[in-house]
Amino acid sequence: MRYNRWALYGLLCLAAIMIMAPVFIMISTSLKSMDEIRNGSIFTLPADPSFAAWSKAWFGDCTQTLGEKCGGLSSSFMTSVQIVIPALFLSVGLGAVTGYSLAVWKMKGANVMFAALLVGMFIPPQVTLYPLIIMIRELGIFGSIPGLILVHVIWGVAFTTMMFRNFFKTVPQDLLKAARIDGAGFWRLFWHVMLPLSLPILGVAMILQFTYIWNDFLLGLTFGGRSGQPMTVALNNLVGSQFGEKEYNVDMAATMLTALPTLAVYLLSGRLFVRGIAAGAVKG
Amino acid sequence: MNGVELRNVTKAYAGITVMENINLEIADGDFLVLLGPSGCGKSTLLNMIAGLEPVTGGAIDINGRDVTALEPDERDIAMVFQSYALYPTMSVRKNIGFGLKMAGMPKPEIEERVNEVAELLQITPLLDRKPSQLSGGQQQRVAIGRALVREPAVFLFDEPLSNLDAKLRADMRIELKRLHERLGRTIVYVTHDQIEAMTLATKVVVLDRGSIQQADTPENVYRRPANRFVASFVGAPTMNFVDGTLVRDGDQVFFDTGNGKLPLVDVPAEASDLVGRPMTLGARPEHLMFDDAGISARVVLAEPTGPDQYVRLAVAGAEMTARSGPEQAFKSGSDIGVVIDGARMSLFDVQNGKALLHG
Amino acid sequence: MAEPAPDVLQHSEDRKFTLKSGKKRWRPQWSAGMALIPAMTITIVCFYGFIIWTFVISLTRSRLLPVYKFTGFEQYIRLFANERWWTAMQNLAIHGFLFIGGCVVFGYFLAILIDRGVKAEGMFRTLFMLPLSMSFIVTGVIWQWVMNPGLGLQEAVRALGWTGFEFNWIVRPDRSIYTLAIAGIWQQVGLCMALFLAGLRNIDPNIWKASRVDGIPVWRVYLHIITPMMRTVFFTVFILMSAIVMKAFDLVVALTGGGPGFSSDLPARFVVDHILNRQELGLGAAGAFVLLCTVIAVISPYIYFELKKERGGRGH
Repeated sequence: MRYNRWALYGLLCLAAIMIMAPVFIMISTSLKSMDEIRNGSIFTLPADPSFAAWSKAWFGDCTQTLGEKCGGLSSSFMTSVQIVIPALFLSVGLGAVTGYSLAVWKMKGANVMFAALLVGMFIPPQVTLYPLIIMIRELGIFGSIPGLILVHVIWGVAFTTMMFRNFFKTVPQDLLKAARIDGAGFWRLFWHVMLPLSLPILGVAMILQFTYIWNDFLLGLTFGGRSGQPMTVALNNLVGSQFGEKEYNVDMAATMLTALPTLAVYLLSGRLFVRGIAAGAVKG
Repeated sequence: MNGVELRNVTKAYAGITVMENINLEIADGDFLVLLGPSGCGKSTLLNMIAGLEPVTGGAIDINGRDVTALEPDERDIAMVFQSYALYPTMSVRKNIGFGLKMAGMPKPEIEERVNEVAELLQITPLLDRKPSQLSGGQQQRVAIGRALVREPAVFLFDEPLSNLDAKLRADMRIELKRLHERLGRTIVYVTHDQIEAMTLATKVVVLDRGSIQQADTPENVYRRPANRFVASFVGAPTMNFVDGTLVRDGDQVFFDTGNGKLPLVDVPAEASDLVGRPMTLGARPEHLMFDDAGISARVVLAEPTGPDQYVRLAVAGAEMTARSGPEQAFKSGSDIGVVIDGARMSLFDVQNGKALLHG
Repeated sequence: MAEPAPDVLQHSEDRKFTLKSGKKRWRPQWSAGMALIPAMTITIVCFYGFIIWTFVISLTRSRLLPVYKFTGFEQYIRLFANERWWTAMQNLAIHGFLFIGGCVVFGYFLAILIDRGVKAEGMFRTLFMLPLSMSFIVTGVIWQWVMNPGLGLQEAVRALGWTGFEFNWIVRPDRSIYTLAIAGIWQQVGLCMALFLAGLRNIDPNIWKASRVDGIPVWRVYLHIITPMMRTVFFTVFILMSAIVMKAFDLVVALTGGGPGFSSDLPARFVVDHILNRQELGLGAAGAFVLLCTVIAVISPYIYFELKKERGGRGH
């Protein structure tokens, strides 16, 4: 049955426009002046686009805030970076080794352990929030960046382990036998054979973990304290704060700034992101 | 003793014993083939010799050392796999040298040995390629190279040719035989292909369901199979089997199937002890001879293979396959006289299949 | 010509590189076990241990700090008498239904469109999945702006001529919950589409050939043949989206703040609010535990199913 190719493209383009519209509105709003915003509609393009709002969002406005800090997003950006990079490497590394051990070495009860771990992916963080707070407090790192890193590793290990374990399950058993005969033990087999083999999955895991940790809000809010405030928390504070009239262009600029890193990673990662979602979400 | 020795080896999985009291002596320099259908335990046995599977009971010696408790890399063995199991992210050079690197050998020495082995197997131009860039045959050579370079006491092969196409398989078979003759090392080789077993082995061990059916030279396994299983497994087309009894008619001996009497020629004297006893007669296609004085058989069909013909016959209530040269014409439905070579046939016990007599 | 005696590979005299001493060596299985310790400790302590701990707290009268004076199920009784909790649970059901329904319907539809074969498929996929890279906070702020009655969509459409257009749901207590679904679907539809597309691509192309030979119209093929074959994918999508719904916290905070009042509150936010802000530790813990039970009820068939599939696939 020949049906209308134009209708197909038309529908897809319509859907694409609907999906992208809020993003365009956000960008366009961030480039307008407050007068324009008040007097125009969200559909009008900025007449005189300027990055003034962006600058204010990033560096802050020293006239409006109390205390020494000017309150821009730049400091929380650095905080986010300091949180994400270590948390990323630790959670992916731990997941890789754990997944490798579970998949390749056929221990007794490996499946049970994996199932127990898997459940962790579905637990809402609120359920273990308070005991976690107590534990982090006891360790003396509550309200700091190291504490937040540890929390992210704890929450990330289930997902990363799942990705690696499912991948390593696809490696043929003969390879393990050959390595054993060659005299490679647990760590050497991992380093020389398994890890190089898993580079695509490593890439995917890193991308997804980066996105997840950067975008996190609840953990940052709870465990970050004053010195460990990630960008998402700072954004929420900025948008929620009401000093005088709400500056929507600054809000939008701030939102865009917060979204840029993960957006950039998404666009640059190409197919990896999609593959990762499909592999991680479906059985893999 | 040098070589490999298995003493009362037993293997059990979760309480179920799959192999019991395996005793086997593999002399230094032997090419021993473990032959049998899938599930017979040949791969399990090989893995136990390698140390990849734990032994439930008994002991294994390699070159006089008891290796039963040792890890695979401590046993002085090397293995070649059906799937080649090459490390995909490493070059051929690194693949071959990996075991030596793990053992801590200095780099220049590894280089030297790798080059030597590559030379021997004629894969020197491939040394810097990755496994994915090689053909099946080339990958197999690299796998063999990886084993050779370790200079082990025993080489283990796990169905190495099964993944290759027929022509390549034939070529590789010859190469393996040549390698064995040149290097003189002990080889333990697992296969389900009896042609490989026959052509490569100095000694064949036929296994069925976890027990050794016969351990002997290829010729003996073929000519004097220890039981019906071995007789039916080895040889293609398979041996013909028919039940009945030996009867004497004057100085002629016949095999009475109940539906006819198959004439036997050149029957050995010992056969007289077995007259009247219910038995199974085993006769390979080449043991059926065409003779007008023989029993009348109906030709069912003839399958020409090029150098021979295999003729399906209905005789004495049974169907048998005979072998013939290509010239004679066989017409379906026609009758032809058949006798059986009593000097080459085998007789088996009806109940347990054990061989009673060979021609 | 007689082959000379073995002339290669005669290094074997110094066998120190191929023979290891038979001493008891560190077995790799032990390393494998040890490598599992961190993750298993986390699992046992931080998942299961803490769940039990939370449950224990829910049985106490704790306010700001845990006080281990047990009061039985008093907190649960308080919880179920709490109007805000009931609103939150209702909202969970409403939001869950709308969000999952919307994602599945739109995601499947988009996947089918792309599956028909379009040029620039990569571009479309990239666009549809773009919102997935954004934080829930970002999504919430964007949509809060778009749905702003005075300056957002409502005003913009009115400026175009439809002066009667109303879209002030975000400030209406009776409609605010729906705004969550709109923003949520916008963000997650790309994920559903990707999963459905993967599923559609896994369908044996011969099915299409057979249906063409039989002359079945395309839409019927999708309806009667393809969709039933996609059962597993639908199941997976449902489970995944449910998990997202149960955890929904960030989005509520950024989009509506739970308001107006508590009209768009969700259980996850209720719990966090009570634990961190309202000094009602015991009550919050009870809410958390009920939330957990809801999650388990929905998720456990999936996990059981997945592991069974794996075990079955290995022919046990």
